[in-house]
Amino acid sequence: MDAKHSELLRFTTAGSVDDGKSTLIGRLLFDSKSIFEDQLEAVRETSERRGEEGVNLALLTDGLKSEREQGITIDVAYRYFATPKRKFIIADTPGHIQYTRNMVTGASTANVALILIDARKGVLEQTRRHAFIASLLQIPHLVVCVNKMDLVDYSKERYEEIKEEFEKFSYKLDVKDVHFIPISALKGDNVVERSKNTTWYDGTTLLYYLENVHIGSDHNFIDARFPVQYVVRPNTDDFHDYRGYAGRVAGGVFKPGDKVMLLPSGFFSKIKQIDTFDGPIQEAYPPMSVTLLLEDDLDLSRGDMIVRENNQPEVGQDLEVMICWFNDRPMQQRGKYTLMHTTQDVRCVIKDIRYKLDINTLHRDQEDKNIEMNDICRVALRTTKPLFYDAYRKNRITGSIILIDEATNETVGAGMII
Amino acid sequence: MEGFNYNLNHLKELEAESIFVMREVAAQFEKPVLMFSGGKDSILMVHLAVKAFHPARIPFPLLHIDTGHNFPETIEFRDNLVDKLGVRLIVGSVDEAISSGLVVEEKGFDASRNGLQTAVLLDELEKGQFDAALGGARRDEEKARAKERFFSHRDDFGQWDPKNQRPELWNLFNGKKNMGEHFRVFPISNWTELDVWQYLAMEKVELPSLYFAHERPVFERHGTLLADSDFMNKRDTEVPKMMQVRCRTIGDMTCTGVWESSATSIEEIIEEVATTRMTERGGRTDDKRSETAMEDRKKHGYF
Repeated sequence: MDAKHSELLRFTTAGSVDDGKSTLIGRLLFDSKSIFEDQLEAVRETSERRGEEGVNLALLTDGLKSEREQGITIDVAYRYFATPKRKFIIADTPGHIQYTRNMVTGASTANVALILIDARKGVLEQTRRHAFIASLLQIPHLVVCVNKMDLVDYSKERYEEIKEEFEKFSYKLDVKDVHFIPISALKGDNVVERSKNTTWYDGTTLLYYLENVHIGSDHNFIDARFPVQYVVRPNTDDFHDYRGYAGRVAGGVFKPGDKVMLLPSGFFSKIKQIDTFDGPIQEAYPPMSVTLLLEDDLDLSRGDMIVRENNQPEVGQDLEVMICWFNDRPMQQRGKYTLMHTTQDVRCVIKDIRYKLDINTLHRDQEDKNIEMNDICRVALRTTKPLFYDAYRKNRITGSIILIDEATNETVGAGMII
Repeated sequence: MEGFNYNLNHLKELEAESIFVMREVAAQFEKPVLMFSGGKDSILMVHLAVKAFHPARIPFPLLHIDTGHNFPETIEFRDNLVDKLGVRLIVGSVDEAISSGLVVEEKGFDASRNGLQTAVLLDELEKGQFDAALGGARRDEEKARAKERFFSHRDDFGQWDPKNQRPELWNLFNGKKNMGEHFRVFPISNWTELDVWQYLAMEKVELPSLYFAHERPVFERHGTLLADSDFMNKRDTEVPKMMQVRCRTIGDMTCTGVWESSATSIEEIIEEVATTRMTERGGRTDDKRSETAMEDRKKHGYF
């Protein structure tokens, strides 16, 4: 593989228990030679010991003892494979109803959401839920695989029917790019090789799609945002006055000479240099980790943000947020939590639960204020200090938050700022 | 947008992610430490740490758990690296732990000090009051590690609870903890073996000679080639012979398998790795003890 030119694509898979998700992942890994002989041998032995027929490819992804015992995926599993064009990270998430939190977790960093539909069953409640989470988490690309086409005689009519059914509800969702592919993960149709059984289908195979979908604009390259993560001060003779602001570019493009504004102070300065270990560079953009040096000696620390004067984020303490709840302990109305956003952490209070969302029907229930694990709701919250944020739709990095329980330190919720 | 091409290749993107995580550790924790084994993954970790804090020094010490059964090449390489970087090295010694009675040596032909490392590691973390231990584990290595978080919480016994892990979203890492608890942090979680080699080649990072093909006496046990040394209890049937081999992973001499190979350059290693049909831990006898050997060890505090 030509390492210098290959891109990284992260995708998430979601599907119900029997719709062939493990088989599909197994096939992608297998056909790209990412399953090793000793792994396959270990899986074969285990399958045999349990008296299962054939090789159970799910055992490749289900790594924990309790998962293997129960035959279910509990946690997000990460799998890796590469082709000459791209390196892929799969966040494989369980499809059970109680595991919405894992789906949300896997979706948070994905470029592509892969949704599987059993061609015999069509669009199920679970399909709708997955599509909704993909749209809520603003996964830029959605690919819907209509699987088990071999079991419906590769019927074009059935495929078109499912496509229409999916589109009928997905138009209500906020998804920009939806793509459909008829496949059979088991037989290999349209996964890596084009199928002779679907001559009526003139689109690409799944692997071709994953290798070629344009992900170059998945980041926000317009609105310059640089959350200060860490201040580098060497205090050595060679670098006596060095004060570098280390961080990862969250949006836009920064160049030496750019006039910048600092938040919260509102002071102005100029970028003197963009420093890296390999020497100064001429531009920095997401998702690069760099160190910015400024012309002026100003007081700037972790949690502050470097932006442009004519393109500022929202600054405020009152936020409207969509929250996915992760914890056994229900969300407390008027409850106080620690909130992490970019490189800041502050305290916040849940001022009002606006509504609870039924993710199957998209119905907004304004009466039900009981928010339990895996529920999604809209809240109004107030922070102790101003945040520098954008709407999540505009920037997934500056628009996302997590909530932390102050007693247990657990991450109890994930939020997308509206 | 004309000429718009703000793309990082996958190695630069992985680098940016790992650097972000390392800086997050320096910012969120009071006393981090970097666990250094002398293998390629920990050499990569040190290289990334240098990059993350440049031009300042790495703001945490290195911790090596020395089983006393290391390849001499590993120790030599470690000492040179530490000298060059000017960082502090802490050595936790399994030999000393055995003499002080903290741990008891295993017996038999397959005796290994691998398990003993955990007790020594936890002891060193406690002695040094470290609240974050950075490790070079990767999710592609082993199925239990595939479930690991970047920021992995450990209770006050140093234990991992895989079923009750904190969800990790976007690039928001929750490092909050109570007194006495600590975190294991894995900045190179998303790298594969091939990524590591490609990156080390791209960056021209210096590596121990053990990774390249060389002649040494080896013998076969349970289908794995092991390097012969005074530490090994051999059966009568296990007769060492000279072979051209290299290490794919470097650990304790008693449990690290070697592979027949003629790869003498990093480019040849990449070619070998790209076409091999066995995982790198396939040669690790410590993983072969049971189907969930890694998960069991990790729960108790192994890294």
